[in-house]
Amino acid sequence: MMKLKKKIPLIDQHDKFGFWGGKFGGSYIPETLKKPVDDLTKEFSKLRKNKNFIKKRDFYFNNYIGAPTRFIKLKNLSTHLSGAQIWAKVVSDANGGAHKIYNATVHALLCRSMGKKYIVGDTGAGYAGKMLSMAAKKFGLKCKIFMGAKDIKRQKPNCDAMIKNGAEIVPVKTGSQTLVDAVSECMRYWVSNCDTTHMCVGSTVGPNIFVKICGWSTAQISRELKKQIKIQFKKIPKKIKLINCVGGGSSAYGFWSEFIDFPKSQIELIGVEAGGPKNSKLHAAPLSRGAKLGVLHGAASYVCQNNEGQINETESISAGLDYPGVSPIHCFLKDTKRARYTYATDEDALNAYKLVTKFEKLNPSLEPSHAFAEAIRIAPRLNKDTVIIVNSCGDAKKDRDILKKRLGRIT
Amino acid sequence: MINPINFAFKNAKEKKRPALLTYTVAGDNTKKKSLEILKSISKDVDICEIGFPHNTPIADGGQIQTSAYRALKNGLKISDVFQIVKNFKKSKNSKPVILMGYYNMIYQYGENNFIKKCKSSGVNGLIVVDLPWPENKGFAKKCKSKAISFVQLLSPTTSKERLKNIIKDSHDMIYYISMLSTTGGRLKVSPKQILNNYNRIKKIDPKKNCVIGFGITEKTISKLRSADGLVVGSAICKEITRSLNNRQNPVTNVSKVVAKLRNKIS
Repeated sequence: MMKLKKKIPLIDQHDKFGFWGGKFGGSYIPETLKKPVDDLTKEFSKLRKNKNFIKKRDFYFNNYIGAPTRFIKLKNLSTHLSGAQIWAKVVSDANGGAHKIYNATVHALLCRSMGKKYIVGDTGAGYAGKMLSMAAKKFGLKCKIFMGAKDIKRQKPNCDAMIKNGAEIVPVKTGSQTLVDAVSECMRYWVSNCDTTHMCVGSTVGPNIFVKICGWSTAQISRELKKQIKIQFKKIPKKIKLINCVGGGSSAYGFWSEFIDFPKSQIELIGVEAGGPKNSKLHAAPLSRGAKLGVLHGAASYVCQNNEGQINETESISAGLDYPGVSPIHCFLKDTKRARYTYATDEDALNAYKLVTKFEKLNPSLEPSHAFAEAIRIAPRLNKDTVIIVNSCGDAKKDRDILKKRLGRIT
Repeated sequence: MINPINFAFKNAKEKKRPALLTYTVAGDNTKKKSLEILKSISKDVDICEIGFPHNTPIADGGQIQTSAYRALKNGLKISDVFQIVKNFKKSKNSKPVILMGYYNMIYQYGENNFIKKCKSSGVNGLIVVDLPWPENKGFAKKCKSKAISFVQLLSPTTSKERLKNIIKDSHDMIYYISMLSTTGGRLKVSPKQILNNYNRIKKIDPKKNCVIGFGITEKTISKLRSADGLVVGSAICKEITRSLNNRQNPVTNVSKVVAKLRNKIS
């Protein structure tokens, strides 16, 4: 039976072929990428033990990204729902407005230390792309971002930022023209240019090493949170629920990593996927809607696909969650029953956004609005000793056009 | 009995030319047409690679992607791929067939089922783009036990140590990827350099048939004719696209292209 180990970071609990729980993850890559992936694996395992590198990382996390991000009580929302206390970890305080900056900064540092001058990455909501363009600018790297043509249209503010930072956006017009196609195109580009170029995968997906680097980077969120909880409550409360949206799963892993060893009865981990439009058959919720195990973008995970193994189109109001696969580590957390996964529809997310912004000075993007939807759903049934914490991992500025269209107002 | 893939190489060698391998996507642009193309080109071809199309290919360039999407749009299923192979193998000039594709489709079909079906439809070899060595050891063994050649891939980035290990575990044929590229890229290294790398591979085990693929067109093929075999894929897919755009018959046009390719190496 699959089991989690204690006191070992989850990102390191894989076998020699890179599989978590014997079947999630791995590195299903073309031969050409074997060497660059091996080189990156060696470099990362060396650097993560290097004190100077850690010092450098912490310096940029503190002074460039801005640590810690706030941990605040949502008093009005809690009073309104009159159940559990609702708190938010405001990760959108981070430079650039979302958690994607952690992974982007670490990849830029890795790229530099491997002596490569070019960096490429994929993006869905545009945050991974925006942050990579920021980090590239900061560290003097040339940057190319692959983005689905549909996403370029719906997330314009982030595209403007990328261009301003000097990055080139490559529109991807194949398939559904969203994140899944952007990742494919980015990998294809890397196959052709891996000798000079470093690739950053924007989430805890892709070949094993990219899952590890991303998880190692976003883990900063829960390191901060653990300290903040202890300061706020004197000790870790008896009933906590950590709610996070899950697309690829990078912010959720980062939000949870320090708390995985706690008993489930004390700290429950809840992941919220994108259920898509209310009456649509399409969704982006492989974990909570029973998708089969498959191989996508170099790793085995639960994937929205048909019987033949063709990848399904997905649909979600949130570009950042609009992805048919999910991180292998979330598959592992699901099958070991450590985390619980559910989904929220587009409408649920919009309603949650309305309620949160009505009561609080917080402007969560459509991705964390999915997590807030679940918090709002369960809070009234719980007593006030229960502490719900939502990772507000992105800012809604990028969703300006969608919110205006759907809710008739500008944020 | 000599294995059909080895026989094809032996046959070409006797005629002092490299084996010509073509790659076409099953069902491009329809099931019927793709079978007609295979039947028509096979007189000039030594081994037919047939792609089973996937909608999320991570190592294919534009031409093959277009072919794959076209086939899928026309409703191609994996069972159709096997049917096309079966019908092709029944035809007069049929040649050994190597199926090529991505692992998820084999995984969903079930490894054992897939191999069984390959066997019963007459498939002689398999290339799985995203199942590298050593991860492919188990699957390759299963293939061998059913007398299906698992074709290992090598690339310019493959280290010397790795080359040795992969070649040791390879079956009748190995495939050298000429350059860092997806399929159909412009040849960005000199044929001389490609052949240098190729010769390093041959030195490790001269008995193994080694083919070169990626970036091979009418323009470049003759410069690489000292190899055991040469694979042309994107150039053919491109010709199908061109024919469809011009409302011409892809069967005749592709056959002409393949005949020209064959001429250049004969």
